[in-house]
Amino acid sequence: MKIYSLIVYFFILLFAPLMLGIINRTKAFFAGRRGAPLLQVYFDIIKLLRKERIYSRTTTTAFLLGPRVTLAALLAALAMIPFGKIPALISFPGDLFLLVYLLGTARFFTVLSAMDTGSSFEGMGSSREVWFSFLAEPALLVAFIALARHSGVLSLSSIYASLDHTLWREEFISLILIALVFSIILLSENSRIPVDDPNTHLELTMIHEVMVLDHGGPDLGLITYSAGLKLALFSIFITALLPWPPVNPWAGSLIAGLSLVVISLGVGIVESSMARLPLRKVTHFLASAILISLVALILSL
Amino acid sequence: MYFSIEILILFILLSDLLLLASSRILLCIRTLALQGILLSLLPFLIEKEDLELHRLLLGLLALILRGIVFPLMIKRTVLKVGVKREVEPFIGFTASLFLGVLAFVGCFILDDKLALPISADHRFLLPVAFFTIFTGLFLIITRKKALTQVIGYLVLENGISTFGISTLAKDPWFLEVGILLDLLVGVFIMGIIVFHINNEFDHIDSHQLSMLGDWKKGSITNYLNAEREDK
Repeated sequence: MKIYSLIVYFFILLFAPLMLGIINRTKAFFAGRRGAPLLQVYFDIIKLLRKERIYSRTTTTAFLLGPRVTLAALLAALAMIPFGKIPALISFPGDLFLLVYLLGTARFFTVLSAMDTGSSFEGMGSSREVWFSFLAEPALLVAFIALARHSGVLSLSSIYASLDHTLWREEFISLILIALVFSIILLSENSRIPVDDPNTHLELTMIHEVMVLDHGGPDLGLITYSAGLKLALFSIFITALLPWPPVNPWAGSLIAGLSLVVISLGVGIVESSMARLPLRKVTHFLASAILISLVALILSL
Repeated sequence: MYFSIEILILFILLSDLLLLASSRILLCIRTLALQGILLSLLPFLIEKEDLELHRLLLGLLALILRGIVFPLMIKRTVLKVGVKREVEPFIGFTASLFLGVLAFVGCFILDDKLALPISADHRFLLPVAFFTIFTGLFLIITRKKALTQVIGYLVLENGISTFGISTLAKDPWFLEVGILLDLLVGVFIMGIIVFHINNEFDHIDSHQLSMLGDWKKGSITNYLNAEREDK
């Protein structure tokens, strides 16, 4: 079974950046443009990785650590994500907490490297990033706990493996609410539109983008790739909730790929049809996510 | 059938949460209309026997009144009065949601203690009915604008109907007709009253209405204080 997990894992590693391309194409379609090629993100990453490194004299090791630790944490987190009946590479009881903390570690080092540059814009961006994730994290944890309560086990692989037709029939409302919470967290954690605008050009309004302004060359390449991985990770949280039949790794990879495409289209549509929320409304938006996940937990008792 | 009831309950629950969280009155009205339509479909889903003609007609009547007539009447008043938003309610929107979730726990406990025999074999139906009643009451108590309070009144009544439909297996229809008639008159009158209040006083903040007369010395100061608070 481990070799199956490995196949799906590498498939996701390969196709994660494609999601960013699909989102951009969807947004371009709605705006009446043709948009960049689907593979543009790959070209960007390759170009960036071949550039030379230049660091400011103000920065220290913390600045170097940011992109690298983020990538490492996300690679580890992805190894703990099961897809449907195909278990994760690493799985043990309680791994869902480790997963949440790995995401926290990634964020911590991104924030650290942003603060290390000494730019006031980056400090502001870090503050907002931490503020939003401070609200998104409990929502994610409570949703996981509700899922664990439904299945009666504490490892992600067994939780997702136990989501079959019977459980969906019995716990339909709660599971739909959990999917809703995961979608909100996907938008917030990946700095997508109701919370943050990835294409904004004014530093004052940026949240996530402002934190990586001073990164360039290979570092920026790593950051772009990590952004793709993070998006893929949260998408799989959502799509793996569906009662998938046990499949072989190739079909599993195909379904995973298709679901990534569907989620990217969804994100693109949300981004094209919504305006960004004012900052104080974001708190309300994310607090609603926490409360919806609490309702899901109550329904699971 | 089971699944459709489940989806219906999900939407009623979500519409309650949306009503608690939203400040836009027009959005509240649309949510109310959605809730009304869903609620009128509920008896058809629970009913296992064949439908007789008069039941069908009564169901249709409920659907039209709840889903179309009431929301349109309130919407007309909103457009006339020109109040689009509930500004600064007594309890803020995030806090309302939080209290709502707490109340949801309470609804489950209440359902557990009451142990009522229900017609539809669905465990979430009654708690969600209680929760809808709570949402309605909460809107009436904590919102300032008379229009939102009317919406709260209708939500409260939606909750009572859900409760009635889920407990009275055989004939919720006759009860329903009585409630609907009361409501129709109620909403009609409230629409007119709100319009006249607005004409007379240029606002529909119900908490200021208690300070209208010269019932107490210094009531003018009270009124001015309230106005300053509003600004």
